Amino acid sequence: MAAIKVHGNPLSTAAMRVLATIYEKEIDHEFVFVDMRAGEHKKEHFLSLNPFGQVPALEDGDLKLFESRAINKYVACEYAVKGTQLIYQDSKKMAITSVWMEVEAQQYDPAASKLGWELAIKPLLGMSTDTAVVEENEAKLAKVLDVYESRLAQSKYLGGDCFTLADLHHLPTLQYLFGTQVKKLFDSRPHVSAWVADITARPAWLKVLALQSQQ
Amino acid sequence: MAAIKAHGSLISTATNRVLVILYEKELEFEFVSVDMSTGEHKKDHFLSLNPFGQVPAFEDGDLKLFESRAITKYVAYEYASKGTQLIHQDSKKMAITLVWMEVEAQQYDPVASKLVWELGIKPMLGMVTDKAIVEENEAKLAKVLDVYENRLAHSKYLGGDCFTLADLHHLPTLQYLLGTQSQKLFDSRPHVSAWVADITARPAWLKVQALRKKH
Repeated sequence: MAAIKVHGNPLSTAAMRVLATIYEKEIDHEFVFVDMRAGEHKKEHFLSLNPFGQVPALEDGDLKLFESRAINKYVACEYAVKGTQLIYQDSKKMAITSVWMEVEAQQYDPAASKLGWELAIKPLLGMSTDTAVVEENEAKLAKVLDVYESRLAQSKYLGGDCFTLADLHHLPTLQYLFGTQVKKLFDSRPHVSAWVADITARPAWLKVLALQSQQ
Repeated sequence: MAAIKAHGSLISTATNRVLVILYEKELEFEFVSVDMSTGEHKKDHFLSLNPFGQVPAFEDGDLKLFESRAITKYVAYEYASKGTQLIHQDSKKMAITLVWMEVEAQQYDPVASKLVWELGIKPMLGMVTDKAIVEENEAKLAKVLDVYENRLAHSKYLGGDCFTLADLHHLPTLQYLLGTQSQKLFDSRPHVSAWVADITARPAWLKVQALRKKH
């Protein structure tokens, strides 16, 4: 039995964020499916793993963690010698990577998540899209992507020369948005578009998508 | 001239988040005031420090950083041997601290910041508070603080036995909320209340308050 267990649901962007890291690091693990339609994530057993009742949660032996970005930082550091290097050991390079990890969490994700919810998930659940929310958040995302376009014009990846968590953290929401009208915001910015094509073609990410399509 | 410069505004919660860590680590630094009332943060000079045009920005010699939580992480690691220890060297203890740092950023701050804006800052700017937004976010904050109450019932600080970045990151929004009707949400939860009293009394935080009063 693997020491690492990932509890989650393959449709959850946060769970996919953790799975991408686990696959990049080539770590043996068990994926424990949490049935969100049955409300399993709000029941006692799961709440003991994440008191906020959200997926994912991760166990590594006795260690229990939640919040996808914290899990990823732990995995990237703890298993630094395995698989893809996703952080920098040099403190100044790592500082730049931390900046762009915060940008993903603070600038990109709020707008991207709202758009993913309105345009990709609500239709799946038979709910109607709020076009005002879409318009507002497309405008916000466009401004964020303008900054990304400038950054990626002088840096191959967001953190620097190498693919790191700063890029990886975007993958799940990117995937959802690419199936919607929002794709045009990425396509119209050449450096952003090239970066997206590059990171979404990574073998570890394709494994996450394969897991998703199995469910 | 100090190698470290913190660019920002003393009413900005994110700026205060960086100032408090500089005091905790007992570092020499220069505070460079950014006049947001004249739009200085949207002008080219500042945009070269933070392309998102938001305070704070940070310089340590040639290194330029932005996003307060990336800056605090850099400072906590780079100056680990100075002043207060704000991270753990042990990877599993640090993993738990990372979880609660993400909780602050993902669960607490989006809600607390809206209340700070409505109840703390709008009145200063002569704008009208939106009561519906206050009601909605007080309800959300109450649920977050219920989880904090349970956590702090068996852990002195959010990350464990010691004060770390996981606690520190809350200080600026906490300080604003304690002057408003939302204070009751903290006062009515004994462990949360004790934790708030403890961390807001720290000398480094009092120095940030003193700096605000001087300006």
